[in-house]
Amino acid sequence: MKYIDEFRNKNLVTKLADQIHKSVIRDYTFMEVCGGHTSAIHRFGIPSLLPENIRLISGPGCPVCVTGTDFIDRAIAYSKMEDVIITTFGDLIKVPGSSSSLEKEKAAGANIRIVLSGLDALEIARLNSGKKIIFLGIGFETTAPGSAVTIKQAAKENINNFFLLSTHKLMPPAMEAIIKDGASLDGFICPGHVAAITGSSIFDFIPERYNLGCVVTGFEPADILQSILMLIKMVNQNTPKVEIQYNRAVTLCGNLIAQRCLSEVFETCDASWRGFGVIPLSGLKLRKDFERFDIEKILPLKIIFKEDNELCICGEILRGLKTPEDCPLFSEICFPENPLGACMVSNEGACNSWYKYRFVK
Amino acid sequence: MCLSIPAKIISIDGSMAEVSAGGAIFNAGLHMIEDAKVGDYILLHAGFAIQMISEKEAEETLRLFEEINNSLDE
Repeated sequence: MKYIDEFRNKNLVTKLADQIHKSVIRDYTFMEVCGGHTSAIHRFGIPSLLPENIRLISGPGCPVCVTGTDFIDRAIAYSKMEDVIITTFGDLIKVPGSSSSLEKEKAAGANIRIVLSGLDALEIARLNSGKKIIFLGIGFETTAPGSAVTIKQAAKENINNFFLLSTHKLMPPAMEAIIKDGASLDGFICPGHVAAITGSSIFDFIPERYNLGCVVTGFEPADILQSILMLIKMVNQNTPKVEIQYNRAVTLCGNLIAQRCLSEVFETCDASWRGFGVIPLSGLKLRKDFERFDIEKILPLKIIFKEDNELCICGEILRGLKTPEDCPLFSEICFPENPLGACMVSNEGACNSWYKYRFVK
Repeated sequence: MCLSIPAKIISIDGSMAEVSAGGAIFNAGLHMIEDAKVGDYILLHAGFAIQMISEKEAEETLRLFEEINNSLDE
């Protein structure tokens, strides 16, 4: 078993789609929260397999998409300081700030390096003791534990030239914000890799408080179709609950070591989300014990940033209120090669996925 | 960005492992998982193994799919 091909079996996928067609009795709108699901859904052509009365809408679970212009501007400002090396996941490099991007700054000579892991950034710090290495900490509960492990390692080795600029965020507060915002939903396709860390119980408040079903879902086509089937059944029987489809990686309680590591290093804080504004207690910042690694504490800076292009509707797309085809910029002046909004930048952004796999204008 | 891929552990050196995903070799930190052995499958995310993949549960999911298939054929 390689855990991929088995879940892409064409015969299986066709049968699951048949079953979905037989189960629908009304209209349904489900939100796939995770950008990884958005990408998989369009890449595998899932919408074309579904009956017309099932609508899938993208949510706020693409970390690059919800990163504010101010974070990019801040990273660029640090990159212009002397003796600074910015280390970042490749995902962030093209995101437009107020007037530039990390990619453009790198091309202009700034020392910006792409890493695959926080541990790679730490190695750069070991090899460049005269420089300040700033790691851009982006990502949800899936990614933040890696930053926590990296910071713990830096503390253990007493590496004093490694710093974090954190925009790590938490998924459930944004899901709650969407529900309160009035998006019309019948259930959530929940992020499987967030839940691999947190456990599925993190979503329990959604059926309890808001009467909406949640299925924690894997990322292959059969996984996604089975989850849609599970959500349809919950709606039809009016039995909203949290169910795990992605059993091979997700349990009720999740990865306890990662959770401990996360809470040892980080504490929650208010955080700004593109399209939402500030969501209380939805971000992660370093605890006092690790403040010496917080670049914003060590080298505070004030930046003035411009708001996004006023015609860009990324914010409404991220809140599930609009789709890319509602945007006047989409495929007119906003393209993956020259993105104006963050949803067109990331492979997991709704606009990027629509552009590549779905939309023909 | 939460993309994680199934990868097979091919060697372990302290808290680091070499893992193989679709023939490509990556380094993976084992800091967040316990009792990993060579040959086990893990979920690889941003340089770390974030969870073990359960073969038993994967088989169970596939068995459920099969049940759905059979119920349709009847």
